[in-house]
Amino acid sequence: MKLNLALAQIATKLGDVEANLEKHIHYIEQAKAQKADLLVFPELSLTGYVLQDLVASVAHKPTEDDPVFKHLLKASQNLDLVVGFVDEDSRHRFYIASAYLSGGKVLHVHHKVYLPTYGLFDEGRFFAWGDSVRSFDTRFGRAGMLICEDFWHASPPYLLWLDGADIMLFSSASPGRGLNDREKLESARWVERVSKAYASMFTSFVAHCNRVGFEDGLLFWGGATVNDPNGELIAQGPYFDEALTLAELDLNQLRRTRARLPLLRDERTALVQKELNRILSRG
Amino acid sequence: MVDLTINTDVAREILTGFIRSEVRRVGYSRAVVNLSGGLDSALSCVLAVEALGAENVLALRLPYRTSSPDSLEHAQLLIDQFQVQSETIDITPMAEPLIQRDPNISNVRRGNILARMRMIVLYDKTEVFKGLAIGTSNKTEILLGYSTLWGDMASAINPIGDLYKTQVRQLSRALGVPSPIIEKPPSADLWQGQTDESELGFTYEQVDKLLYLLVDQRYSPQECIEEGFDTAFVNAVIARVRRNQFKRMMPPIAKLSNRTVGYDFLYLRDWGT
Repeated sequence: MKLNLALAQIATKLGDVEANLEKHIHYIEQAKAQKADLLVFPELSLTGYVLQDLVASVAHKPTEDDPVFKHLLKASQNLDLVVGFVDEDSRHRFYIASAYLSGGKVLHVHHKVYLPTYGLFDEGRFFAWGDSVRSFDTRFGRAGMLICEDFWHASPPYLLWLDGADIMLFSSASPGRGLNDREKLESARWVERVSKAYASMFTSFVAHCNRVGFEDGLLFWGGATVNDPNGELIAQGPYFDEALTLAELDLNQLRRTRARLPLLRDERTALVQKELNRILSRG
Repeated sequence: MVDLTINTDVAREILTGFIRSEVRRVGYSRAVVNLSGGLDSALSCVLAVEALGAENVLALRLPYRTSSPDSLEHAQLLIDQFQVQSETIDITPMAEPLIQRDPNISNVRRGNILARMRMIVLYDKTEVFKGLAIGTSNKTEILLGYSTLWGDMASAINPIGDLYKTQVRQLSRALGVPSPIIEKPPSADLWQGQTDESELGFTYEQVDKLLYLLVDQRYSPQECIEEGFDTAFVNAVIARVRRNQFKRMMPPIAKLSNRTVGYDFLYLRDWGT
């Protein structure tokens, strides 16, 4: 089975959901024309990233009667979508969220579980922390979504893996930093390194879609990637510019790789649980 | 070994992208730069040219009666090489009435007046040319506070403020800034014979390495000393960085209400764009 995956590394207008929705629709059309089955947008793709006091005013609910999601749900009749947005729950907590839309339905919503609040980041000040990491079934098999800092920690991808995800969909709004004499920014090298590592260690597909464009002095570096279950890079988007990157995922590769390298079969989850219990119960 | 070398291709792409994005998203397409004849403004000007096109960049030469003739000449070298639009306005008749009010005026006061007079002309020309003012302050001088508040620090956007002086030199070389500008001793040229390094008391080469360890690499003062930096030098630089924090901030507003600009009214400048 093949999955035509498209990654839309877009620039957004800060706080202008309507303009960003328009851009989503544009890229959805493009991806559809190129026969994509699934199109992934970056973190907070409908709102922009450094929202600060804009958070409440750009929040939406992923429901059919929502003025933004009704268009996206309609578009998901043709191809599956992952979009980034600010989710407001019924008690008015705001989350950095990704929604997986398919066949006019919301299959899954992930709330970012790690909110970086250090250095140039201030997410914990403005957002509520998500509290679950779950895989979910799609028409291409079981998948999982993580948002930026979520996969800077090793445990969320590990949990998705154990929960059955064979396709990991990472989205980011990663500001470029760490310019030195190398060809790539330190932040780009780091993310590329861990994406490849997760694909290798979890013998899974790992796709990463990072936004582009500037917000004040912050540059988001783009550079979408797809790694296969062998940890091989099979698609790479450009740095800094908007682009639609396509990759054909041969899902049968999961079987071939895992027949050769049974890391999933041999993973000793009971041992992990036992040791975690011991470690966490230490006074 | 402290190595401040940067990949100039990446820097060039990011900084020209920054200028293009930040100028255009506010509805402008042009930029104005005060071209002093020195290295920092030369680099800002060249980056603006690459970002927006030479026809969309206005370089201002704003000499004062004591300015070194080299400054004017070097600015002209750049203008000719990059074919930017330019204008030369002598600020002597504007600055002199204020300076002449006090026969005992110090060099520092005179320098500040000149820097601020140039800011006034720069901002006036942004209105005429319909361009944004491009900043020319590098990371070294911002950290050391070696600049005039509301003078040469004033700009709409600053493409070079995260580059140390030695990195400015490296990038300028890569972008083809004329070598006389790269090779001459850095000077604000606010009075005759002034050079940055004699006024500061150390070289950019030295201080950039120290600042890189302290700021970028988060070394403690003690660790810098262990790396071979002189104790007095380390302490003097740290004191200078701390003393000049005020120059890197908007003036604090005394809080009274529940929502106050600067504390809990938080939006990026790019809000809505």
